[in-house]
Amino acid sequence: MSTVQQEESTEVTKTRGDSGGSLGVVRNLGLVIALVILCVVGVMTSGDQFASKDNVITILRLASVVGVVSIGMTFVITGGGIDLSVGAILALSSVWATTTGTQSMADDYGWIVMVLSALLVGTACGLINGIVIAYGKVVPFIATLAMLASARGLAEIIADRKTQIIRNQGFTDFFGAEPLGIPVIVIMFALVVVGGWFLLNRTTFGRRTFAVGGNPEAARLAGIKVQRHTVYLYALAGLTCGIAAVMLMSRTTTGSSTHGTLLELDAIAAVVIGGTLLSGGRGTVVGTLFGVLIFTTLTNVFTLNNLSTSSQNVAKGVIIVVAVLLQQRIANRKT
Amino acid sequence: MSTIHPRRRRAFALVGAFAAATLVLGACTNGSDDGDTSSAIGKSNTDNDKSGKKVVIGFSAPAADHGWMGSITKSAVAQAKKYDDIELKVAEGTNDVNLQISQVETFINDKVDAIVLLPFDGAAMTAVARKAMDAGIVVINVDREFDSPFAARTTVLGDNYGMGVSAGTYVCDQAKGDKNKVVAEIAGIDSLPLTQDRSKGFADALKKCGLKVNNRVAAEFTVESGEKAASNLLQAAPKIDYLWNHDDDQGVGVLAAIKNANRDEFVMIGGAGSANVMRDIKADNTVLKATVIYPSTQAADGIKLARLLVQGKSMSDLAEIEVPREVKLSAPVVTKDNVDTYLPSAFES
Repeated sequence: MSTVQQEESTEVTKTRGDSGGSLGVVRNLGLVIALVILCVVGVMTSGDQFASKDNVITILRLASVVGVVSIGMTFVITGGGIDLSVGAILALSSVWATTTGTQSMADDYGWIVMVLSALLVGTACGLINGIVIAYGKVVPFIATLAMLASARGLAEIIADRKTQIIRNQGFTDFFGAEPLGIPVIVIMFALVVVGGWFLLNRTTFGRRTFAVGGNPEAARLAGIKVQRHTVYLYALAGLTCGIAAVMLMSRTTTGSSTHGTLLELDAIAAVVIGGTLLSGGRGTVVGTLFGVLIFTTLTNVFTLNNLSTSSQNVAKGVIIVVAVLLQQRIANRKT
Repeated sequence: MSTIHPRRRRAFALVGAFAAATLVLGACTNGSDDGDTSSAIGKSNTDNDKSGKKVVIGFSAPAADHGWMGSITKSAVAQAKKYDDIELKVAEGTNDVNLQISQVETFINDKVDAIVLLPFDGAAMTAVARKAMDAGIVVINVDREFDSPFAARTTVLGDNYGMGVSAGTYVCDQAKGDKNKVVAEIAGIDSLPLTQDRSKGFADALKKCGLKVNNRVAAEFTVESGEKAASNLLQAAPKIDYLWNHDDDQGVGVLAAIKNANRDEFVMIGGAGSANVMRDIKADNTVLKATVIYPSTQAADGIKLARLLVQGKSMSDLAEIEVPREVKLSAPVVTKDNVDTYLPSAFES
């Protein structure tokens, strides 16, 4: 899978003078090695517990929420932007989808109403981000920072800073189910990864994303509607926040304005160690998947070994720096 | 857990009945008399503390971002260390519900005997706690309540409403019937039911003597948020007579703001009962004249109860055979007169 993806990104990044070569393979290989090392450490320190199916499912469930958001973030960052508002959008979507109004509508028309409103709110927020950035010419950092503040504020107003409990049994039953032993939210995560990979590597949309992120001016001259495409990218990120909101709602059976606090940092970290360039133009969905899995496995190994979250955060920081340093070394050697 | 043979139950009840002399409920181990919670184990006059079947307990609490919360984990760990039959697994603090849920899932995978859980958000942790109960694990819910009675075997709660009542009653006593006194309130995180309960208790108690909360702001239990909220409040209210601050950790910031604003016309009442606030009350040289206790040893009580439940013991000083479903701790007012009683059990912020 990674070699195919490699061809694609090489092809597109040629305009920027990057020689691809075995770059992507090496990078993904590094991630696989990191994950394998983590797993070996996990098995060595807490053997049967770590390797059990239940534990693997636990890791995947934990990875799902941040994972879906990270896929959306991969698109935005590949397209040369950044989205700091994902956690806040997730909170707003979860709150909007669980208000008494939405829930009573869900009682009448089925729980799909709650899902649709979460997706709709997420996408709408992303759309606003995109329009402000593309047509308002506000830098992404500032525009999404503003969205971060206002979306969480709005979520607090709507929820009156209370936790809203989901009463709809159909919703919790559907998303809490585990067909063939795999939780529905993990399946959703898998679908988003596959869909994201396809969209980025197999469609004109993906090719345009690389082009816009690599060199917007060149992309414009090549006939790509850069502004419109930017709007699409942020709307897509918003949509993934909506999906993540539904997942977190099913996990917690609540909607709350505190959901997803600091999620943006986890997502950006996962995307960056995955090998997507923060400056845009190069991105990998598979790398992001590994980035997310590395961080969640790390958390799990630390929890199993009774280690504090503080030391975990130190380890996280070290991993980010080492990963980025390694990437730079590899990139320098290749060019 | 509930499958103890009736004859054994009866035996426990008998032991309990013989031994019962004083009520050593969780509430009382929180130092209403001698104040020294660390010696709680020495106080029991039954054989409940004798080493028994090994109990594996999983413990999870929010991030220790303020002194009270730090003390929750510290005292739980200290309590567990006193028993050689407890193996405590501590999944350390997080304010991320997604992560806390996965910690509980890990405990379920590990097949621990009991889980003592102080949730970041009670409602959000209900589903996974219920899953643990369904898996046959004894769940002790501490401080922030689940929204389903099926999610926990026993709940240990501080009396948040009672804290408000204690603070409000103290204000009423001080005001001596003067209905024109200005009362201000600095609350904690507004989204938490515990904050709403405290504020309601405060308002209800004030109403009884014809007072009301004239100015109210909310902080977030941290020093920084306390400073910010208090600075704004002091700007909004040029003259205050009584100020109740829900939490002594954010109180450090509140006091800093009061100092910066050069204000000393009012009496300030604290909340939770930190050691430095009690030292201030004792020294009697700041606006702080009282604080209302919210025990930081409730998770330690949770550990003790979890052990009893798993070992099939009863609370020996109750006639009741089973461990109660809920233990609510008391919220006494600490002033200069009784501060020495409470200082030893206070937490450092």
